[in-house]
Amino acid sequence: MAETLPPPRLLPPRLLQSGDSAITVEFSRNIDDAANRRVLALDAAMASAPVEGVTETVPTYRSLLVHYDPVRTSFEALGEQILALAKLPVPEATKTRRWRIPVVYGGEHGVDLEDVAKALKTTPDDIVARHAAGDYRVAMIGFTPGWSYLSGLSDSLQMPRRQNPRLLTPAGTVSIGGVQTGVQCLAGPSGWHLLGQTAVRTYQLHRDPTFLLEPGDAITFAPVDARTFAEQDRAAAAGEIVAELITS
Amino acid sequence: MSKLVVTSIGPASSVQDGGRPGSQRYGLVPSGAMDRLALAAGNTLVGNELFAATVEIGPFGAVFTARGGAVRIALAGASRNADIAGRPVAIGSTATIADGEALTLGFARGGSFSYLAIEGGIAGEPDFGSLSVNARAGLGSPYPRPLQAGDELQASPASAAPERRIELPAATKAPIRVVWGPQDDEFADEAKKLFLDSEWKISATSDRMGYRLEGPVIKHLHGHNIVSDGTVNGSLQVPGNGQPIVLMPDRGTSGGYPKIATVISADFGRFAQTPAGRAFRFEAVSMAEAQLAARKFWELLRSLPDRLRPIESFDLNIDALQDANVAGQAVSAVDVATWQVASADVAGPD
Repeated sequence: MAETLPPPRLLPPRLLQSGDSAITVEFSRNIDDAANRRVLALDAAMASAPVEGVTETVPTYRSLLVHYDPVRTSFEALGEQILALAKLPVPEATKTRRWRIPVVYGGEHGVDLEDVAKALKTTPDDIVARHAAGDYRVAMIGFTPGWSYLSGLSDSLQMPRRQNPRLLTPAGTVSIGGVQTGVQCLAGPSGWHLLGQTAVRTYQLHRDPTFLLEPGDAITFAPVDARTFAEQDRAAAAGEIVAELITS
Repeated sequence: MSKLVVTSIGPASSVQDGGRPGSQRYGLVPSGAMDRLALAAGNTLVGNELFAATVEIGPFGAVFTARGGAVRIALAGASRNADIAGRPVAIGSTATIADGEALTLGFARGGSFSYLAIEGGIAGEPDFGSLSVNARAGLGSPYPRPLQAGDELQASPASAAPERRIELPAATKAPIRVVWGPQDDEFADEAKKLFLDSEWKISATSDRMGYRLEGPVIKHLHGHNIVSDGTVNGSLQVPGNGQPIVLMPDRGTSGGYPKIATVISADFGRFAQTPAGRAFRFEAVSMAEAQLAARKFWELLRSLPDRLRPIESFDLNIDALQDANVAGQAVSAVDVATWQVASADVAGPD
């Protein structure tokens, strides 16, 4: 009879000083889905049972940044509470929201598609097929409002970032960089390879919700043509969500 | 209703308040005033809440004109020449701009940002509870961008309250205190020593997102790419060229360079005020010391209402006058603008 394996022992996270008003709770130094799940579990635990003095939590790939008020708590006191919470088992993701995000690939919407295909010795259509076949998860949202970093990029699409980052890439850009893919909301600088563009606004002021995606959400991409993109873009500008919520 | 019309203004001037914390998990940075002590001092002078919206005025000059009635204001932060229709206004005091009069501000001296607080606050539509400008995210009110000539700020009619000044702790040029981390283990002890032993200057290309430092090259142990993690105001990240960038209130909420140290919260405003090109040093302190300084800083903010003083008809600040003369530039006791430094200008928390 096979013995049941004991659950893997969870190493405690490292507590790193981020000034006198924040602690970086580091679960891994690398991009690591298991570490990211622990980050999100600690984030959820801290949201459900607020800890004295904590003002804001910011989940990232591998760490949770916990902002706090040093008048109300201290690095030591808060650190102990965080370590206790981080020992709790990581709950199974029971109700993951899954979004389908329309993307127009290539051409003016994804100016690097052909170069990526050449670099990976295949066709643009094949790159699109590989990217759109992926099953992704929002690992973190950061840098600028709504910039959603997704884990789950196929090994066959991984390539180094651009040597020269672009100072301006379009709003809605869907791109790849290293082991990551992402959806950016606002126009801005980026060193990633631009594959396409979505009309979906992951951040839109005065829309409910202002921020569409949450860390932990599942994402799939659906290729659309340029005309559909243009229609969706008009609808999105008027406040429609455009992304399809498949399960919630 | 009274209003203050921007007659002329330099770059890097925008409406700023205490900022909009709470949405960093969605990539939205809080923004807010670079120097919170000066923000709070200005607001306290005109009876506003500590972190109400003010005009944060960058290193260059500016002219504001009152229209539709008198506007009562206060100036705090970096020292600079200021006058209303020729009447000098001291930084760290209130003044009333009569209808049609202009408030003229010169270049900042010894600091970078001054705060123009308006009695009754600035009228606007807050986003996420704040009027602070974050141009990249399209946020800020009444204008979601830095101020320009022609802009109008709606104000309450001026009260008849007597003018007053605020007494703040003397300015300090002590080193800027940091705590190590979160990624100081990405640097050898020699690199950390070099960081502390060297003089640094803030590059002229700095802005509200980040201050670029000029000094010796700080080498990494394992290269300059780490997996992005969260940032705070004062994060000292070291990119590939070894010249640190200190992240400021309009920073990205996450970043992918190792962060050797973090400016402590009590010294952040003083650091933000450091003028480009002026040499300064860093000093590493323990977490306990940093947190004690944070609590003292908060006590200082809470004490601001008790630091208000009436302006006497001949209110000579002897200490400030002596400081100004000791500093090597002879100044005139009758021309307030040449010596008045008793302000939030680079004032330290202790």
